[in-house]
Amino acid sequence: MSDALFSEVTKAELAHRGWRMVKDRIFGVVMGVGGVTVIIALVTIFFYLLWVVFPLFKSATLAPTHDIRLPATLAHLSLNEHGDVMFVVEADGTYRFVSAADGAELKTGSLVPEGATLQAGASAFRSHGPLALALDGGRVSIVTPVYRVSFPNDVRTIEPDISHPVGTEPLEVLSAGGEIARVAIASGDDNTTIAASDVNGRLTMAHVAPAEGLMLDEEDLSFETSVVDVAALPAPADHLLIDVDQQELYVVTGREIGFYNIRDKEKPKLVETVQVVPPGVDVTDVQFLAGGTSLLVGDSRGHVAQWFPVRDEANNFRLTLVREFKALDKPVRRIEPEYFRKGFAAIDVDGHLALYHTTSERTLLSTATGIAGVSTLAISPRAETLVAVTADGAARQFALHNEHPEVSLSSLWGKVWYEGRAQPEFIWQSSSASNDFEPKFSLTPLTFGTIKAAFYALFFAVPLAILGAIYTAYFMHPKMRAVVKPSIEIMAALPTVILGFLAGLWLAPLIETHLIGVFSAMLVMPLSVVVMSWVWAQLPDGVQRLIPPGRELLLIVPLLIVMLWITMAVSQPIEQLFFGGNLPRWLGTEFGMTYDQRNSLVVGIAMGFAVIPNIYSISEDAIFAVPRQLTTGSLALGATPWQTMARVVLLTASPGIFSAVMIGLGRAVGETMIVLMSTGNTPVMDLSIFQGFRALSANIAVEMPESEVNSTHYRVLFLAALVLFLVTFLFNTVAEIVRQRLRTRYGNL
Amino acid sequence: MRASFNRWVGSGSPWVWITAGAVSLSLVMVFGLLILIAANGLAHFWPARVALIEHQLPDAAPERVLGEIVDRETVAAARVRDAGGQVPADATVVERLLIKVGNRDIGGSDFRWFAAPEIATTTYPPDAVVIERDEWGNLYGYVKGLREAGEPVAGDWQTELVTRLERRHALHETIERIQKDEIGAVNYALERLRLRERAKSTGEEDVAAEKARLEAAYEELTTTLAARVAEIERDSLLFVTAAGDEREVPLAKVVRVYAPNAMPVTRKIAHYGTKLWEFVADEPREANTEGGVFPAIFGTVLMVIIMSIVVTPFGVIAAVYLREYARPGPVTSAIRIAVNNLAGVPSVVYGVFGFGFFVYFVGGSIDQAFFADKLPTPTFGTPGLLWSSLTLALLTVPVVIVATEEGLTRIPRAIREGSLALGATKAETLWRTVLPMATPAMMTGLILAVARAAGEVAPLMMVGVVKLAPALPLDGNFPYLHLDRKFMHLGFHIYDVGFQSPNVEAARPLVYSTALLLVIIIMSLNLAAIRIRNRLREKYNGAET
Repeated sequence: MSDALFSEVTKAELAHRGWRMVKDRIFGVVMGVGGVTVIIALVTIFFYLLWVVFPLFKSATLAPTHDIRLPATLAHLSLNEHGDVMFVVEADGTYRFVSAADGAELKTGSLVPEGATLQAGASAFRSHGPLALALDGGRVSIVTPVYRVSFPNDVRTIEPDISHPVGTEPLEVLSAGGEIARVAIASGDDNTTIAASDVNGRLTMAHVAPAEGLMLDEEDLSFETSVVDVAALPAPADHLLIDVDQQELYVVTGREIGFYNIRDKEKPKLVETVQVVPPGVDVTDVQFLAGGTSLLVGDSRGHVAQWFPVRDEANNFRLTLVREFKALDKPVRRIEPEYFRKGFAAIDVDGHLALYHTTSERTLLSTATGIAGVSTLAISPRAETLVAVTADGAARQFALHNEHPEVSLSSLWGKVWYEGRAQPEFIWQSSSASNDFEPKFSLTPLTFGTIKAAFYALFFAVPLAILGAIYTAYFMHPKMRAVVKPSIEIMAALPTVILGFLAGLWLAPLIETHLIGVFSAMLVMPLSVVVMSWVWAQLPDGVQRLIPPGRELLLIVPLLIVMLWITMAVSQPIEQLFFGGNLPRWLGTEFGMTYDQRNSLVVGIAMGFAVIPNIYSISEDAIFAVPRQLTTGSLALGATPWQTMARVVLLTASPGIFSAVMIGLGRAVGETMIVLMSTGNTPVMDLSIFQGFRALSANIAVEMPESEVNSTHYRVLFLAALVLFLVTFLFNTVAEIVRQRLRTRYGNL
Repeated sequence: MRASFNRWVGSGSPWVWITAGAVSLSLVMVFGLLILIAANGLAHFWPARVALIEHQLPDAAPERVLGEIVDRETVAAARVRDAGGQVPADATVVERLLIKVGNRDIGGSDFRWFAAPEIATTTYPPDAVVIERDEWGNLYGYVKGLREAGEPVAGDWQTELVTRLERRHALHETIERIQKDEIGAVNYALERLRLRERAKSTGEEDVAAEKARLEAAYEELTTTLAARVAEIERDSLLFVTAAGDEREVPLAKVVRVYAPNAMPVTRKIAHYGTKLWEFVADEPREANTEGGVFPAIFGTVLMVIIMSIVVTPFGVIAAVYLREYARPGPVTSAIRIAVNNLAGVPSVVYGVFGFGFFVYFVGGSIDQAFFADKLPTPTFGTPGLLWSSLTLALLTVPVVIVATEEGLTRIPRAIREGSLALGATKAETLWRTVLPMATPAMMTGLILAVARAAGEVAPLMMVGVVKLAPALPLDGNFPYLHLDRKFMHLGFHIYDVGFQSPNVEAARPLVYSTALLLVIIIMSLNLAAIRIRNRLREKYNGAET
């Protein structure tokens, strides 16, 4: 039998059958590969966001590259922008420009004029800007290393040189002659301020400005120097520092810092003297943080403290301890600030190095350099190279990777005390017109805005949607339901940009002029419906039969329209009577509340409108799917329809309603266009319903196109997106799981 | 039967009515919104009457103003005072009128508020005309006559104006064509030549010859253009403002002239039709506050089409894989939940992903590999049409998957089993019976995806949409479809014109119209999806029994 059957299968048919099998396989493979690809693509979203965000939280790395030898009598070392040329000053005033790669000398000479001698220990050697060289006889010579970069034949060539910003002639900076023990310098556009303390502790300040009335070309530019006495200190200052704006002078003697206001160059004024370390502890190094506002005070315990002037209640500036870093155990030997960012490096006497960032309060790195007795540290302005040099001139270079020191969990979510602020605050301020601006990335105000928006939206939407769902699923006539339900559901598809536009340009001005009307409508509308219900119950049966139960809408819709119209019409007269005709202003004068035209109330209504369809649709499904035997049973036992509803149906359907609210919440949290268009988008943290906010989503939409790729700002915006992704994904998953459970439970009933 | 208060409360009737009130309020809001958009969006094109008002301040000469009454409101005098406005001291409420007075280049602002009591008379002079211009908004006044090359034109100005405006439009069209298409094409060719030169892929002589040819063509075009421009500037229109100032408007700038007060209804309807057509088919004028939205419609449609081409096959394959091939179990249902939830992930997150991954990562790599000659000017490494379509494809693929899966689930087992029992392979069963039956479901998914994509704005702001695109992404220059170009989009147009425009008041009617257009498109798509889905359900409910 089977033989006979096989004999009927020709070769061609076999081949065809084989081909069909191959096709089947190919089809399966295509579907498998395609399906998995799509799923992988969707998963990629999450991992890509994570991948972009991840570097924010990476620690810094420091890798030694090579060692070179520098002169043993090294007094100063700094690096050019890319860290490939070193500028070295020896104790006798000889300078050398040295290639960082191999120590080859590029240019050399002497900084000291003939006949003068350099007091290396007294000079102000700074990593950036001009150096003040203390010479004998109370004189100071000011020089700046400059690097001219050119690209002959497309090869980057650096030509280092020395410039003299205020002329080659040394300046006399001590009022009564003598020798300089310590000097400090700061220079701005045209002005230079030099502070000097002589060996007896006499503190003087010199101000150098271009000679007036002479607007000649640069070579002939002449300067006038005026010297004033500042104070007589018991001993020469240990450290002198002038901020870059030449407004403040700090004099460190022993454990104290004298804080001088030098805004008026003729009359420097002592503001206060502050003890910066407890007794028994020595100050070992003091440096400015980038920007020249904060002082970094290193001490013999290995701590580095950040101090800056803070305005107190009486509007006076006080030098205040802001934060301390304690990663080192041995006395701090040197502190070296970064050039652009608010970070710095510190090394202790054992050669243990730590990298910090002030506002993020991060210790990015703490490592042994392997070289003890480091006396000099240098960081290139781009913070890519770090050089540590021992007292005998052995220099070790490190490649530094420190991409995003300014971000930490505490700076993203906690209060941060920024320079110039009176106290720690939550601030989001990603960009500014000014140059020496520190971006402030606190996600807290944005998250607060998102939560505020979602809260007001749900406050408005949840009661309407759920009550509406109850009526539609349980009391409404099926024919009416077939029309009403899709009409509300289809609003979920309405582009939110339209809602945002209407909210911002139509609703916001309307609410501003009819504020009373809006609030009274919220009160009057439900009341009028209840009254209507009572009145209707009093009417004779014949009238009641005209509109049978399940079709109450026919009465209520016109009623609500009339009520809305009335409340809006009486709004202005009421305002006129009780609030002087201008409620927003009245709120301001009586309660000190500010009223923004685009405020949370507007967002609440507009976004509530956007989430009503979602919540309504899902809760209606949940209520409608409650098994009939439950309700019929309850009704048979004598419960009224409403009792059945409240005690049986709602209880059974509550998980479904919960999941509906979760989905509505997810949508409200991620909604972008409505919050973008109907709030002022200022990142304030205020619960007031009459004020706006800035939400995470709107912030992303506004700032993303302008952020520089792979910058900290860019990654923080990705982090914001990741937060939104995770939050909404979580809400939706919870909702979905609850719904699936509910489905099984209904199945079992 | 009259119910007592206790029985009324006990029956729960007030609660039921409250729930009914909630539905009613939702419905009132839904339809109120649609009516609001429709009324504002449609009214814009109707030629409004031009009112001549005499504005009389207590101790000043009366001021005569022509314009359209746009808005009328009663506000508390206190508010006007707080805002710095002038109100009589004893007034508590003020009725005021917002009048579109136009003549922006003469009077400064084109909208002015007038307090109703200060308006002595309001008349509608039949000879008042509205002059619509290419720039600076409308003019309101009276026509005095026409001039040709500075000399007055004899005869009836109305008939003359019609013929001369026709001539102007024809010339204007020619100028536009030369400027945009022809010179644009030459520039495009020159740019390609420059790149070839840089890449040194063509011999120098060929390049020089080609360049000479193109430059000659360019010269010729500019000469013709100059001639046409001289021609179009021949005529001008003399008109008088309400205050009596005489002005001369070059006809080259005039789009149309009409006297709405003297128009019979039929003419008004015709005018309405023209304006409506202009809105749909023309380019925007005056920083998008006048004219049409054609480039935005075009951009939206093209973007959605490209998105559909990507999303349909992938969405369907993924759904078939999940439903027919993947082994059912916790992993598959976890994936299903995840896919479901991705539809709820905020669109702005997809925008961020598209911006980082598509634009900078993929686009940047493509530029490095294929368009290195053009660098540092990015080709694909910048937001554009392709990346927008792909981002939205990713955004909408869950919608297609979910809808297709639902369709596949609804197909009765018996059909599959029947096919398999007859000896068909799994692939044949799917291809010949299951998938054709699930086509309506796929259509539903696709339509919902398209509706969602057409309304999304937030992600597009990051991946390719602009307020004013210099050229359409589809044109006559090779390769015709420019996936790297930025484009305009209806939704973004609403955001941009409504919120970024310098003259929001003037732009508002157009934003309403754009919103209405978008609502109509999206509602029709959704209604279509719902109808297809319902039909599908009925069909298979029948098959299951």
